[in-house]
Formats: sequence, C-alpha cells, structure tokens
Amino acid sequence: MEASAPANPNPPAAAPSGTTSRRTRSEHKLAWMLCAPAVLAMLAVTAYPIGYAIVLSVQQIDLRFPDESGFVGLDNYSAVLTSSLWWEDIFNTVFVMLTTVAIELVLGMAIALVMYKAIFGRGVVRTSVLIPYGIITVVAAFAWQFAFAPDTGFVNHLPLIADDMDWFGGRFSSFAVIIMAEVWKTTPFMALLLLAGLVTIDSGLYEAAKVDGASAWQRFTRITLPLMKPAILVALLFRTLDAFRVFDTIFVMTRGAQDTESVSILGYNQLISRLNLGLGSAVSVLIFLCVFLIAFLFVKGFGTRLDEGRPGG
Amino acid sequence: MGRESSDYAKWSIAIVLVLVFALIPVVWLISLSLKPPEAITDGRFIPSEISFDNYKSLFEGGISDSPFIKPLINSIGIALITTVIAITLASFAAYAIARLEFPGKRLILAGALAIAMFPPISTVGPLFDMWRALGLYDTWPGLIIPYLTFSLPLAIYVLVAFFREIPWDLEQAAQVDGATPSQAFRKVILPLAAPGVFTAAILVFIFAWNDFLFAISLTSSDASRTVPAALAFFTGESSFTQPTGSIAAAAVVVTVPIIIFVLFFQRRIVAGLTAGAVKG
Repeated sequence: MEASAPANPNPPAAAPSGTTSRRTRSEHKLAWMLCAPAVLAMLAVTAYPIGYAIVLSVQQIDLRFPDESGFVGLDNYSAVLTSSLWWEDIFNTVFVMLTTVAIELVLGMAIALVMYKAIFGRGVVRTSVLIPYGIITVVAAFAWQFAFAPDTGFVNHLPLIADDMDWFGGRFSSFAVIIMAEVWKTTPFMALLLLAGLVTIDSGLYEAAKVDGASAWQRFTRITLPLMKPAILVALLFRTLDAFRVFDTIFVMTRGAQDTESVSILGYNQLISRLNLGLGSAVSVLIFLCVFLIAFLFVKGFGTRLDEGRPGG
Repeated sequence: MGRESSDYAKWSIAIVLVLVFALIPVVWLISLSLKPPEAITDGRFIPSEISFDNYKSLFEGGISDSPFIKPLINSIGIALITTVIAITLASFAAYAIARLEFPGKRLILAGALAIAMFPPISTVGPLFDMWRALGLYDTWPGLIIPYLTFSLPLAIYVLVAFFREIPWDLEQAAQVDGATPSQAFRKVILPLAAPGVFTAAILVFIFAWNDFLFAISLTSSDASRTVPAALAFFTGESSFTQPTGSIAAAAVVVTVPIIIFVLFFQRRIVAGLTAGAVKG
C-alpha cells in the first residue's frame, strides 16, 4: 500500500511542530473511528468464530447426545486424521482444485488474449464472459447437471456420446461434470485478472520483436508470459484458494456420492447434518490450516513477484 | 486483402467460441424452463413446444403456499440490506485508508486480504452454535452478518482503489472556501466517489445473492431461506416427479435480471473486479 504517501499532498511536517502532533493525533483518531465499524464487522465472524471453533474442536460435543459432552483434548483431530474419509476428501478437493485451476489458466489466458487483441467485437466478448460471473453458482450447477442427466439432458444426444451414459454414476465422470461447471463459472474472473496484467505490457516490445522476426508463438512465450508472471501468480493464488473451498457445485450435483465429497462438504455434513460440533470443528480448523498453508506456500514461493503483480497499486 | 480477411475470419471464430462458451448453459436453462412437463425429458436443446406452466407453478398459491416467492423476497431483502451496510462501513474505512496517515493501516489491509482468503466453512459450526444461542438462527440478520464480513474486504479494496483516483485537492479547495471537513466530504468527495461506490455495491450484491453455504447452514425455513438454498430443497408435485422444470424456471427468474444488470454495467464490474483483486 505504498501509494498512501501521495494520497496526502500536504504532509503535516509543513506545519509548526506543536500543531503537527495535535493534528496528527486527531487524524489518527478520526482514521480509527472511520475504520472501527468495518474492522469489528470483519472480526466478528472470523477471528471470534475460528477461536470458538478451536475451543469446540477439543471437546466432545454432539448435539444429539448432549449428556456425553466433555473435554477430549486432541481426540477429535486424531479421529479425523486417521479416518480414510478425510484423506479421500483431501484427494478429491485437491484433484478438483488442480484440474479446475489448470484448465482455467489456459482457457482464461485464451479469452484474455481475445479480449485484448481482437480487431473487433471486444465489447461483445467482454460482456459475454461476465455472464457466468453474474450467475448464482447453484443455478449454474443445476444447469450443467440437467444438461448431463440421462433423463433430461441434451448431452447424451450429442454425436460421439453414448445415449445411456450415466455421468453421475461413476466417480471420475462425476468429477468431469463438476470440474466443467466450476471452470465455466470462474474462468471469467481468471480472464479478467489476466487481462489486467496484459494491458500493462508495453506494446512497443511486440513491435520490436516483430521487426526482429519473432513468430507469434515466440512473442507469446518470450514477452507475454514472462512479463505477466506476477499477474498470473496473483490470479492463481486467488483461484486456488477459492477452488479449495469448492462446495456449491458438488452439493448440488452429487452431495458427495460416488466418492466425490470435498472437505467443505465433509465439514458441512459433520456440523449441520450430524450436529457433531466437536468433530466438525476439528474438520473446520484443519481446513483453515490447509488454506493457510496454501497461502503461505504461495507467498513464500513467489512473495516478491506477488508484490509486483499489482498494476497501478 | 487476403491476410486481412483471414484475420477477420480468425477473430470471428474466436469470438463465436467465447460466446457459445458463455451462453450455452443460460440458453439451455431458458429452453428447459419453457418445456411443458411431459416434454422435459425429451432431451432436445430447443423446445419443440413452448409452455409457461413451470413459471405458473412457481407462483401458484401466493406468498403462503408458493415455494419460491418467500425465498425470492428473502434473497432480495438480505442482499440489499447487506449491500447498504457493507458499502457504508467500507466507505468510511476506505476513506481513512486512501486519505489519512495512521498506524495500523497496513494491518487493516492485510487483515482484509486474509479474510478474503478465509474458508467460510470454518466459521459455519461456531456460527450455527452462536446463532442458536443468540436467537439469530434462521433470521435475516443471521445471514446479513456473515455476508457483511465476507464482502467487506472486496468492498474496501475496490473503494480504496477508486478513492485514490479522486482529486483530493478539490476537498481542500472547498475547505479553503469555508466548508467544514464534513461538508467537504459530503458535497465534494461523495459525488466524485459515486461511481466507485456503485461498482463496489454491485459486487457486494452479487456476492450476497450468490451465497449458498451460509444460506443452507444458518436457516431452516422460509423465514430466511434464500433462493439458492430453496432451490436445493425444491420438491416435485409428487414424490415421483422431478422438480426439474420448476428449478429451471426459478433459475431463469433469478438469473435474467442479474444478467441484464451485469451487461448494462459491465465496464464498472470489470474495473471493480480487477481493482479489488489485483490492487493493494
């Protein structure tokens, strides 16, 4: 947030020192009063509940059996970490996350290039890619589910696809539809972030490379990709963390059947369906740690480059 | 000439591909919602015969019996109230961050970024327990509060990015002319900030409108269940009929207005999304 310096064109240092400190102090007070409501609202539903989740996670609390409550230490965690279901769900979540984000990166880059370079119709493209962004995730999931369902769908009537293909009857065919719906819904966001990185590249570089005889592919791999690295990393970070939380699409399409459960679905099932707050909270805390770990790896691995990835910031 | 027309063809194909990619599910939902119940399983992409029965059944029975009207009211009300409160709080904070020097500024921005990455599922259990104790379970405020929390970071980042572009000298000029700081803010800065505020409002509204996890976890009845949650619990007219047609019609009703809105304000949304996510 280095741009804060020019935001104040009249540095207090210009005034006599006595009034400066009073002015500075009242400015600090005003700033904190302005920020306090937003900060409180943000902490109310994050810091306090995550603390409460940690407290719940070391107790046996099952709302169906309230008499058996009590402190159990790390038993809930060892129960989760030794269950094959947790590791299977981690696999599912990471599998969906990696495939979705990888497809989106390629597709998003292609769409960003179309939006950036098309010699006509850029407005149309930009407008139409926002449609998936505006649609409720649950609605998009239903649309794709109905499209692939053997009874209502049109997909099985397409050439090259078996008429009786039961997409939601198997694990990886279910994943294929889930991933497709996720990609459709979130690629626009990726494309727009990549476009923001594309427009910062000096077009003179392309002209120079063209004069030197570089092919379009060479220009893309030698100029576009390296210069876009920061923007790509920021887009990847946001989308990876978002994809790790995948819930809506899987809930609508399979509810976790055919071994397609994600960790968020597991948490929901424990907490809300089975009312097992102790075990469910352990799952919640572990998911939180996973997200923290992913963010940490990104920042650790690409920290400085992430910093560069803020055009105009 | 030859090269130019081949370029033209190339870009036409690319644009058509993007259009097909974006539009297919929407056209499919509309077509499904217009099929008469007996044709819902015919598997045709374009309906052979058009009927509005699915829409009629959505609104049948008025507010008390319709499975859709109350959730629709809940969705609109909750999203609008969230938007108004979030934008008010975020504007105060963003003004301070863009305009004032104070210790803790970086901490607030880093905290907001952390919350933008926070997994909502981690708060669902504690909130479920707390809301039942506080009487907030299955109420509008019970959903508005978490929506506020998770939309504030986006709103703050978008608003800070927009507020930084405002020519603040005008505010000082107004103060030199005798306006109080508060007058300078309301009469000079607010009108200049309006486009950014509007952009942030659209993004917050879409966020609240889209949520599903909190909506199914913290509600239990039509008292506060929003459309995404209600859709997941839709049932057919009998236990043997699939509610496919009703879901498709309801989906179209909640999708088309948003699409029109998004298309109309696409420039602002693009600016807001990239500012909110990339700047900072």
